[in-house]
Amino acid sequence: MTLTLSSPSTAWVRVCKLDDILPGAGVCALVDGAQVAVFRVTYRGADRIFAVGNHDPYTSANVLSRGLTGSYTAVDGLRFKVASPLLKHAFDLETGVSLDDPALRLPVYAARAKGGDVWIGLAV
Amino acid sequence: MFQPNRFAVSPVLPQVVVVGSGMVSHRFVEQLRAQADAACLRVTVVSEESRLAYDRVHLSSHFDQPRPDLALATPAGYAELGVDVVFGRATSINRTARTLQVGDTELSYDVLVLATGSFPFVPPLPGKDAAGCFVYRTLDDLDAIRAAAEALPTSATGVVVGGGLLGLEAAGALGKLGLKTHVVEFAPQLMPAQLDAEGGGALRRKIEGMGIGVHTGKATSEVQVDGAGRVTGLAFADGSSLPADLVVFSAGIRPRDELARSSGLSVGERGGIAIDDRCVTSDPAVYAVGECALHDGRVYGLVAPGYSMAKVAAASLLTDLGLNPASEARFTGADLSTKLKLLGVEVGSFGDARGATPGARTVSLSDNVRNTYSKLVLSEDGLRVLGGLLVGDTARYGDLLDLSLSGTPLTVPPETLIVPPLPGATEMPATANALICSCENVRSEAVCSAVAGGARDVASLKKCTGAGTGCGGCVPQLHGLLQTELRRLGETVSNHLCEHYPHSRQELFGLIRVKGWQSWDEVLEAHGSGSGCEVCKPAVASILASLHNDYVLKPQHAPLQDTNDAFLANIQKNGTYSVMPRIPGGEVTPEGLIAIGEVARKFGLYCKITGGQRIDLLGAQRDDLPAIWTDLIAAGFESGHAYGKSLRTVKSCVGQTWCRYGVQDSTSLAIRLELRYRGLRSPHKLKSGVSGCTRECAEARSKDFGLIATEKGWNLYVGGNGGVTPKHALLLAEGLSEDALITLLDRFLMFYVRTADRLQRTSTWLENLEGGLEYLRAVIMDDTLGICADLDAAMQHHIGTYEDEWAAALSDTAGLARFRTFINSDARDNAIEWVDERGQIRPAPLQPALLHGLVPLPMAGGDD
Repeated sequence: MTLTLSSPSTAWVRVCKLDDILPGAGVCALVDGAQVAVFRVTYRGADRIFAVGNHDPYTSANVLSRGLTGSYTAVDGLRFKVASPLLKHAFDLETGVSLDDPALRLPVYAARAKGGDVWIGLAV
Repeated sequence: MFQPNRFAVSPVLPQVVVVGSGMVSHRFVEQLRAQADAACLRVTVVSEESRLAYDRVHLSSHFDQPRPDLALATPAGYAELGVDVVFGRATSINRTARTLQVGDTELSYDVLVLATGSFPFVPPLPGKDAAGCFVYRTLDDLDAIRAAAEALPTSATGVVVGGGLLGLEAAGALGKLGLKTHVVEFAPQLMPAQLDAEGGGALRRKIEGMGIGVHTGKATSEVQVDGAGRVTGLAFADGSSLPADLVVFSAGIRPRDELARSSGLSVGERGGIAIDDRCVTSDPAVYAVGECALHDGRVYGLVAPGYSMAKVAAASLLTDLGLNPASEARFTGADLSTKLKLLGVEVGSFGDARGATPGARTVSLSDNVRNTYSKLVLSEDGLRVLGGLLVGDTARYGDLLDLSLSGTPLTVPPETLIVPPLPGATEMPATANALICSCENVRSEAVCSAVAGGARDVASLKKCTGAGTGCGGCVPQLHGLLQTELRRLGETVSNHLCEHYPHSRQELFGLIRVKGWQSWDEVLEAHGSGSGCEVCKPAVASILASLHNDYVLKPQHAPLQDTNDAFLANIQKNGTYSVMPRIPGGEVTPEGLIAIGEVARKFGLYCKITGGQRIDLLGAQRDDLPAIWTDLIAAGFESGHAYGKSLRTVKSCVGQTWCRYGVQDSTSLAIRLELRYRGLRSPHKLKSGVSGCTRECAEARSKDFGLIATEKGWNLYVGGNGGVTPKHALLLAEGLSEDALITLLDRFLMFYVRTADRLQRTSTWLENLEGGLEYLRAVIMDDTLGICADLDAAMQHHIGTYEDEWAAALSDTAGLARFRTFINSDARDNAIEWVDERGQIRPAPLQPALLHGLVPLPMAGGDD
């Protein structure tokens, strides 16, 4: 695994090529022992990469990378979400907050596409 | 037994011990924890039952299929809340030392809360302990009743002693178990505590109409027992008797006050732990709440007053411990008004329902045609509603209750309040601020302001007002109020697919067909907004598949598919998948069976025969799916589309070929139909059956389309289904040849695919089709719309372009990478655990889910 330090506090781990993720879809990456659901959301021609925990707290199954991504309209405008494939509970992709229960939040990881690859940032 | 506190809290934190884990105890704990977290207060719950709190109000639903989870609390949930749990029976209190004895464990407390509930009263009759006699209070009681009922022959009789509220609940439960059911009541009428004689009579006629025997004015004198000590019937004081194979006593409840009694707390003469308005007992360090408590000479057997006590007790207790400013909360008695549905009969009783107020007058309407009864109790001057009874129709309960609570002088003649509205007349205007949820005391104003504040569905209304979170009985009302309010606010209540498409599925289907769109991007660009969601993406994918029959996992389609379509298998609760090869008509060779068995053995899969006459292989890891299908395809199998909103199976009997009654070859027709329509993507799953004679062994009439053989040909039925609301299919045409029925079916299916709503089964589609079956006949038999040639061509296109999706998936080597568990590792999900059950794998039981009470969004149905 290649490690690049971009700042003193974040270690960036390369997980796959950008082309390994179809636009709108997700994959699961194993990063430092944790299952991370990585999504590529394409909106108006631009790609955005999001990464949250793969564990669905409502069903206790590691399935979120297999959820369908989408957008929803919040007070502050258009936001992106993923819906669990099991019971369809949705989570905000940026904050990890459950749209059914604001008290519940998925772990969120820094994520970016760079040089045709997808990177997950870990606090060090 | 006692588990030491997992939370690193200082030993000087005050300790609250709650005895009992019922609904009121749970509410108390929630109230307490909402105001004081684990950092400032230790809380321990002592539970005598092996389960923590569950919803006792809906106990009889324990016999429903599927069985709902009634749990309100779980050990894991309590652990999250920082609440310790001790299982066992509390045996004594040392009030001087402030300790509670639970088995061998001694728990210290600063404040003790008794929420011990009540126990069912069993009259001291000879034979009351015979085998086959039960009480109706706990889930264990219900499990014992079920076990006993299952051991009885099908025509067995169950008798409930007690015709009150709980007794009728119990009777409903026995009915669900398939027992011939009787209710025996000592009083001359049913529900004597709530209803008057007229009301009891109306209720009785309704209940008798359901086939339940009602015996009032019967004093049970003995439980009759056979030589083996088993119950055989009941004998009554008047010399008559009633045979019974199972008896449930439901003759009232008594407060569980023995712990309080033995420790010298004040108890009432007829039971109940005496409490003041702050819910404190005669010992300032001991509180009591719920059915065990006696307040102002009354014991309350309903959950709503218990919840009020829980709230008051939590606030008062925190004040006592110095954790809260002085609390003004007081319990000053509760309104006993109730509205409930017993055995499907609505019963409401509010205010002074029995006319006990001096000088009270009544107006009543007893309708022996509809078997409804309404009574208003009025003040002496006839100007104010004091209370009333409603049996059979409680539509006006909320308004009338409000009138009685507010004491507003009437502006209309009182009888108009109970006469059903004349056809065409406007509804009685709802009271300005009507009570919606009596469990949580939520009124319509609160609901309306929540809607104004942005709540757009029942789930969010529940969350922000609390309405509908108690017994749930007001949820339909809540839904109605939401719709009304949305309309009033000028928001259209629409059939739009979701926020991204301002079109119904039918409209969108038409647009995509006419414009010839081939991909999601084109459709979104032309007709949608945002980036779609889990609702519209699969819907558009399904429409594109119906129209073009493209391989669903092409790169432009794959990200739109719900997980089942995305991996061509059915996801299961732990994230693994089930695999179901197609077995057309249920016909399979020995070699085929062996091949399936070998695949199951090789990949360690659980095997189950489905209701659709095929074999489900469960527990497949995602990365094994391609290898599993390589083997299955080599053995001659193809995808069974159990994962798709598409044709599942065509079930059949052996028909004329084997059966001495058969009049046509049902198996061959079933195979022909299954192969013709396999892979057809549709708004919902499609199931079919073909029976070789009128005995209907293939259950064709419970399918979306079914065929039943007659000597003159095939009778074609459409629009049936099992599921949540079972429907029998309707006869579309009779005496058909195979070719004629196939023409009709081609058109029926394509017409449905084009015009149905998302996830709308054929039955609901047909019900909503204006003109119904006649209109359908006109369209597909008389071609009144002139679209038959088009429908025929569309079906020909589908049949001509069919390919096995799994064969396509295996030949798409680049796409196979999607089946890996991790994009950057060959590891597998290490959280998937199996245990052995009856010689096969099953998912290891979950740690009880973290969160309960969250409503899962509507699911699209099961596997087969």
